[in-house]
Amino acid sequence: MTRTTNQAEQFKDLVQWLQEAIRAPEQFTLSYSAEASEFIRFNHAKVRQAGQVQQASLRFKLIDEGRHADLDITLSNDPEVDRQRLAEGLHQLRDTLALLPVDPYLMLNHSQWQSHHVQEHPLPGSEQVVAQIGRAAAGLDLVGIYAAGPISRGFASSAGAFGWHQANSFNFDFSLFHANGEAVKASYAGHAWDSDAFAQRFDQARQQLEFLGRPLRTLAPGQYRAYLAPAALEEIMGMLAWGGFSAQSIASKHSPLQKLYAGDAALSPQVSLDEQVSGSLSPAFSDEGYPRSDLSLIARGAANDRLINSRSAAEYGLSSNGAGSGEYPSALSMAAGQLPRQEILKQLGTGLYISNLWYLNYSDLPAARLTGMTRFATFWVENGEIQAPVSTMRFDDSVYSLLGSQLEALTEQRELLLSASTYGQRQTASMHLPGALISRLTLTL
Amino acid sequence: MFDFHPQLKQRFAALRTGAEFFSLRYVRESNQYLSVRKNIAEPPSLGRDEGAMLTVRVRGVEAYAATNDLSPRGLQAALDRAEQQARVIAAHALLDLSEQPVSSQRGDYFSPNLDQPFPSLSDCYQLLGDESASVPKDERLVNWQVGIGVTQVEQIYLNSAGAELRQAQRFVYPGLDVTAYDGSDSQTRSLGRENFGQQGAGDVISRCGLLGAAPRVADQALQLLLAPNTPPGQRDLLLMPDQMMLQIHESIGHPLELDRILGDERNYAGTSFVKQEDFGRLQYGSALLNVTFDPQIPEELASYGHDDDGTAASKQFLIREGLLVRPLGSALSQYRSGLDGVANSRASSWNRAPIDRMANLNIEPGDQPLERLIGQIEHGILMSTNRSWSIDDARNKFQFGCEWGQLIENGELKGVVKNPNYRGISAQFWRNLSAVGDRSTFQVLGTPNCGKGEPNQVIRVGHASPACVFSKIDVFGGDA
Repeated sequence: MTRTTNQAEQFKDLVQWLQEAIRAPEQFTLSYSAEASEFIRFNHAKVRQAGQVQQASLRFKLIDEGRHADLDITLSNDPEVDRQRLAEGLHQLRDTLALLPVDPYLMLNHSQWQSHHVQEHPLPGSEQVVAQIGRAAAGLDLVGIYAAGPISRGFASSAGAFGWHQANSFNFDFSLFHANGEAVKASYAGHAWDSDAFAQRFDQARQQLEFLGRPLRTLAPGQYRAYLAPAALEEIMGMLAWGGFSAQSIASKHSPLQKLYAGDAALSPQVSLDEQVSGSLSPAFSDEGYPRSDLSLIARGAANDRLINSRSAAEYGLSSNGAGSGEYPSALSMAAGQLPRQEILKQLGTGLYISNLWYLNYSDLPAARLTGMTRFATFWVENGEIQAPVSTMRFDDSVYSLLGSQLEALTEQRELLLSASTYGQRQTASMHLPGALISRLTLTL
Repeated sequence: MFDFHPQLKQRFAALRTGAEFFSLRYVRESNQYLSVRKNIAEPPSLGRDEGAMLTVRVRGVEAYAATNDLSPRGLQAALDRAEQQARVIAAHALLDLSEQPVSSQRGDYFSPNLDQPFPSLSDCYQLLGDESASVPKDERLVNWQVGIGVTQVEQIYLNSAGAELRQAQRFVYPGLDVTAYDGSDSQTRSLGRENFGQQGAGDVISRCGLLGAAPRVADQALQLLLAPNTPPGQRDLLLMPDQMMLQIHESIGHPLELDRILGDERNYAGTSFVKQEDFGRLQYGSALLNVTFDPQIPEELASYGHDDDGTAASKQFLIREGLLVRPLGSALSQYRSGLDGVANSRASSWNRAPIDRMANLNIEPGDQPLERLIGQIEHGILMSTNRSWSIDDARNKFQFGCEWGQLIENGELKGVVKNPNYRGISAQFWRNLSAVGDRSTFQVLGTPNCGKGEPNQVIRVGHASPACVFSKIDVFGGDA
C-alpha cells in the first residue's frame, strides 16, 4: 500500500471518529492537506540547498446552531496522536462556539457529493534529476528550484460529502544567467519526467540566452508597442486574480475590476476569461466543501460570472458557485486569439518583446492601473527582428488600456503555466494563457 | 511553556547518524485571528502547528528533512532522509562546509509581558464590536473591518555540538480599515493591520491606538474620497514612519541581504544592485542616514536572542553616516563571502530551512521634531501608510503608493490629496535624505508578510523609524 493511500485511509478514520464524537445538532466540515516534497535549490549550476518536507494538516470547522469557528491542526501521521489532537480541537471549538453570536452569513452545503481523483505516476529519483540538470547546465550559470512529490487534498462533512484528490507532480523552475547579468527564465513541470522533453525545454532557454549577450539597449520613458508573452500576461492576471473576481471584493469596492463589473468599463471583445476547473490540476471541490464548476468570468470583454463562496452568497443574496474561502481563481483560462506564433515579431514590427513581468502592484486600484517591472529576457525589436536586450524598465498602465483599447491581438497558441508557488505548501493553481500584442505600453522609469 | 522540551531532549539524544554534525529545530505555534466586519462577528480562525526540521552535515555537505512526526521513530526517519539526501547531492554541492563553525550556545528568550494573559476571546470580540459600531453612519462608508491577530511561538534548537536554545514569543497584530465609495471612486484608510505588529500582550493593542480610532479613520476615508488627486511633479517628500518602514524594507533591507548578493535568489526574489566590494566603500545615503540591525528593542517584531542557526544576535550598524558598512548576512553567508554580518539566519517555520532574512531593520532617530521637518519644506507633500509597493529585482527602481497625502507649502500643511504615489531609484533616493525626525517621531512597527526564498517563506520583520524628509522626489496621483 502506498503512503498516499495510507493518508486517504487515515483521513477517513478521522472523519469517522469525528462523526461519532459530535453531538446533535453539531455539524462539521473537515479539509485535509498533505504533501511529501523534495526541494532542491540550485545556484551557479550546483546544489545550494536540498531537503525534504513531510507535512499534513486538517482544517476543522465545527458548527452548532448557527455558530461556527475554524481550527487548523497539524497532524503527526500517528493515528492515535491525530485522534487525540482532533479530540482536543473539538473541545477547543466547543468552548469557542459558546462565546460566539449566531452568524447570519453561515450557509452550509448539505449535499452528499462524492469526488475521487488519484494520479500515482512515478516520479524520478532525485539522483537522476540532479545528474540530468547538472549535465544540461554544464558551463552555464543556472539558478532555480526543483520541487517534487505527492500532494493530497481531502474534504468531508457531517452531511456525508467526501472528496479526495491526490497527484504526483514536479516543477523545475529555473533561470539561465549570461555573464552580463541578463537572464532567461523557464520551467519544466508536469507529472511524468521525460528526459527528451526536458532537454528540449532547456535548449529553448539556452537559445534565448544567446540573444542576451548583445549590447544592452536603454530605453527612455515613453509609449511603446509591446508583445507580452504568456508568462508576462500571467503576472497581470495574477494581480487581477487577487480580489478582481471576488463577490465580496466587488461588493466592498476592493476589486480592481469593480468598474468592469459595474458596467462602467469594458475590455477588448477579444478577451474572454474562464475559471476552467475541469481538466485542471486543482481539486474539483473547494476548501469550503462545494463542488466546483467551470465559470465564464469575462465574456468578449464584458463582466460575466463572479466567484461566489457560501458566505458571499448569504450576505449578498447570490448563489454560491463553488469558490473557495478566498474567492480566488485557481485555473484561469483565456481564450486564444488569431495571431500565429511565427507572426509575433513581424506583427510587433518595432517595439518590446517582454518575456516576463515582475512585482506588480496598483497605482490606482479602482481604475485598475498597474505598475511593475520588466524582468528576464526583454528584447528591443525593429522591423520584426530582435536587436538587443533591454535594461529593466518600469511600466504604469491601466488594464482597461492594456487588455482593452490598446489590445491588438492575442496569439493562437496558449501556454499552460503551472504555479511554482510554495508558500506554506506546494500550490496546484495554473493559468492557460495566450500572448498579447499591445499597441501602446507606457514606460515610466 | 516548553513542556515538550524534556521529551525532545531525550529523543534527540537517542538519534543515531553517520553525519559529523546534526541539529534539530522544533517549532510549536498557535494562532488566533478575530474580526468584526460591518458589525458582524466573522467566524474565528484558530490554528495549532507543530513539527521539526533535522539538518545534517556529511563530509561538508548539508541537507535537511522536516517532519510532522515527532515520535522517536519519526525523528530518526527524518534524520535518515536528510543524511541520504546529503549523500545524493554530494557530487553536485555548491558549498563545502567542513570548516564552518557551529553553535554551541545555550539560552532562553521571551517576549515582553509573556507572563500576562492575552485578553479573552469575549473581551476581544467586545472591543472589536465596540470599535466597529463606532464607525459613523454614512451611506458612502461601504465596508469596514476591525481585527486582532495573535500568534504564539515556542522554538527549541538542539545540536550535536551541545547548543540548547529556547525562545517563547507572542506576536500581536491589531488593525482596522474603512472603505468609502462615491459611486465611481473608492478610497480605503487603515490603521495597523500589515503595518503594525509587535511582541507583547494587550499592551500592543493600546500602543497601536486601535481603541477609539474608528471614527477618525472613517472620517479620513471620506476626506480622501472628496480630495483631489495628488498633483504630478517634483516635491520634497515627508514620509511618516508607517511608510518609512516599507521604504527601508524594500530599498535597504532586501538589497543588503547577502544571499541575494551571492546569487541564491536570482530565480525568484531577485538580486541586488549592491556588490560585495561595496561594503566599506559605497556612500549609500546622505550623512544623516544611520541604519541598524537591532534585535534588542523588546516589543519589536523580530527581537530575539539567537537566530535559527544558533548565532547570538546583537545590534549592528549596517549604514553609518550614509556609508555602507555591513550586509544582512548570516554565519553561512559570512563564511561564503568573508564579510562580517549579523545573526539573521531565519526560517518561517519548522518546514522551511533558514536563509538570510531581514529581522529588525531600523533607522536611528535624528534631532528634529515633526513641526520643524514640516516648517523647513517650501514645496512638498506628506505621505502616510503604505498601500502599494513595486521594485525591480535588483531593488533599485521603485514605485510606492500611500493611503494618505497632504500637500506642504511654505512650511505649512495644506489640503488632503488622494492616491499619493512616488517613484525613484534606491541608489539615488537615500542620498536625497535631507532631514531626520527626532525620537518624538520614532515608531516601532513591523509586518508579518515578508516573502522570499525557494521554497517560499513568509516571515515577520520589524522596522522602527522616525519621520524623514527627502528632497526633490517625483510624485503623482491616480486616474480617478
